[in-house]
Amino acid sequence: MKSGDIPRTVPRQSATFDPYTMSEIRRAAATGIYDIRGGGAKRSVPHFDDLLFLGASISRYPLEGYREKCATNVTLGTRFASKPIELDIPITIAGMSFGSLSAQAKEALGRGATIAGTSTTTGDGGMTPEERGHSKKLVYQYLPSRYGMNPADLRKADAIEVVVGQGAKPGGGGMLLGQKISDRVAEMRTLPKGIDQRSACRHPDWTGPDDLEIKIQELREITGWEKPIFIKIGATRPYYDVALAVKSGADVVVLDGMQGGTAATQDVFIEHVGIPILSAIRPAVQSLQDLGMHRKVQLVVSGGIRNGADVAKALAMGADAVSIGTAALVALGDNDPKYEKEYQELGSTAGAYDDWHEGQDPAGITTQNPDLSARLDPIAAGRRLANYLAVLTLEAQTIARACGKSHVRNLEPEDLVALTVEAAAMARVPLAGTSWIPGATTY
Amino acid sequence: MNEVDLNETSVRDFNGQLHALDDQSNALAWRALNPAGRHCLAVGLDAPCEVTIAGHAGYYCAGMNSQATVVVEGNAGVGCAENMMSGHVHVKGDVSQSAGATAHGGLLVVDGNASARCGISMKGIDIVVKGSIGPMSAFMAQAGRLVVLGDAGDALGDSIYEAQIFVRGDVKGLGADCVEKVMRDEHALALRELLKAANVDDSISPEEFRRFGSARSLYNFHVDNAGAY
Repeated sequence: MKSGDIPRTVPRQSATFDPYTMSEIRRAAATGIYDIRGGGAKRSVPHFDDLLFLGASISRYPLEGYREKCATNVTLGTRFASKPIELDIPITIAGMSFGSLSAQAKEALGRGATIAGTSTTTGDGGMTPEERGHSKKLVYQYLPSRYGMNPADLRKADAIEVVVGQGAKPGGGGMLLGQKISDRVAEMRTLPKGIDQRSACRHPDWTGPDDLEIKIQELREITGWEKPIFIKIGATRPYYDVALAVKSGADVVVLDGMQGGTAATQDVFIEHVGIPILSAIRPAVQSLQDLGMHRKVQLVVSGGIRNGADVAKALAMGADAVSIGTAALVALGDNDPKYEKEYQELGSTAGAYDDWHEGQDPAGITTQNPDLSARLDPIAAGRRLANYLAVLTLEAQTIARACGKSHVRNLEPEDLVALTVEAAAMARVPLAGTSWIPGATTY
Repeated sequence: MNEVDLNETSVRDFNGQLHALDDQSNALAWRALNPAGRHCLAVGLDAPCEVTIAGHAGYYCAGMNSQATVVVEGNAGVGCAENMMSGHVHVKGDVSQSAGATAHGGLLVVDGNASARCGISMKGIDIVVKGSIGPMSAFMAQAGRLVVLGDAGDALGDSIYEAQIFVRGDVKGLGADCVEKVMRDEHALALRELLKAANVDDSISPEEFRRFGSARSLYNFHVDNAGAY
């Protein structure tokens, strides 16, 4: 056989050294700096898609889809606070800072959440008057940096969220690079304009749960024991962290999985530290149950909530509410294909744009550039968020009724099965068609 | 003078009485007896009152203070005057870690020593410690002045921003990006005023202090500085 007649194998890309991996090696070699980006984990991890609801049939009765009531309200902060937060829907808006987001985006979040009857949350950098004014229920984050933190704003809040960590970077601090430090952001944070702001990863005046208990006492004393105190943790060791949060005096625990977004941090941190929210909920609920505190200390979970099915699944696993961040930004207009040309000019594409730290967001959301941020109409964007929240709620109600529940929180693990062995083990529900819960029962 | 015995009145009730004050109140002078190291005493005050803690205070004494003068006639625990906005806090004994942490304004005077992280993330407060301070003090200090009549521990001013540090004694070591700076006339003049406000003995001169602040080389990340972080 002539050499030219020998069949050739097609070029084969390495599964280990795939095109993205090789591009990252080349980028690292050229710059000497790790990759920084916004958003949450992009890798594929076991998620709510790996669960299904069983629905009602002969053994359980469904509720009529459009006629029988299926309530969605939730009260957060019933343990110690004299003024718990009453929400119409079990979906809140996660903490995102003015600084990482434009003032228009923060206003839109407040408007949308208020229309939907839920709360929004400040972030690293303090509370703006616009945000307070447009948010009927506002949770004030208490972070290690304490940028802009003052007792007057603390008293204006409806709840206080002590941030210990977040899902995108458990164990890491905040990061806001100089290009987003406008005059106003700099003033609010008491720092010079244009410098990188690397917020601390630990609080400056407490270490460990015994200290935190006293810190929470201080916050309660200053605010007259009125306001619910949330503790937000990144999902890592949820059983123990939730127990310690309860011991420290939390009214509410916020648990954020690795798919939860950040304004900016190292890609290696986002993709390799922390665990998926699917794997974190059941240990957290177990912790509350073991302490006799399930439903007494409310559990809010976040990290990759996209639709009403995700909401319903999180509630069925024992959460009292969910929180959304990335999805809320998408509802406002983040990564909208109508800006595709500009995303390409920035070296990205709609749907993949995550250089939120650079402040050049064509959608006007993750920027402090006045020309770009003016593109976002806060009234229209707030309406889109309200619409989206309404759809999430309707979808969750649809599933709850199908499972025969008159309140979405009555969904339970027995309503769920898993499509994969991994999801079955993490969610502690049976693999579909079996009674096998890996790690809990033998097959 | 209103006297409150903390063996009989809860911290909640004591703080509640102080929170009810405003600048029109008749009784702005208060004295708390038997504090016994209780936590969260006189926190979140927002009136021009004068509160004396007759003994030792626990964590976060005078935390988030605005306007008020708080005097501790003993030692104070972690986070004394943390996040103070304005006013005056005077501790006649020693203070534990993180004194004046993240505070935006006001004056904290410590007659004794301060433990680690004194002035951590300070944002405008003036702190005068008549004794010595522990390690990692003024970590990420953003604004304000930290004055130490004694010695400073290791890693002083690590990752400091625009705050100023004045030390009269020895400095065990400086943190990343913290450098000694020239003490010019305007600094000495301002320091003299601050020492006077803190009732420091007239015999102590600003010229006895050295000034420290940020080299500003880590303000924007550069890979060549990675080893400094």
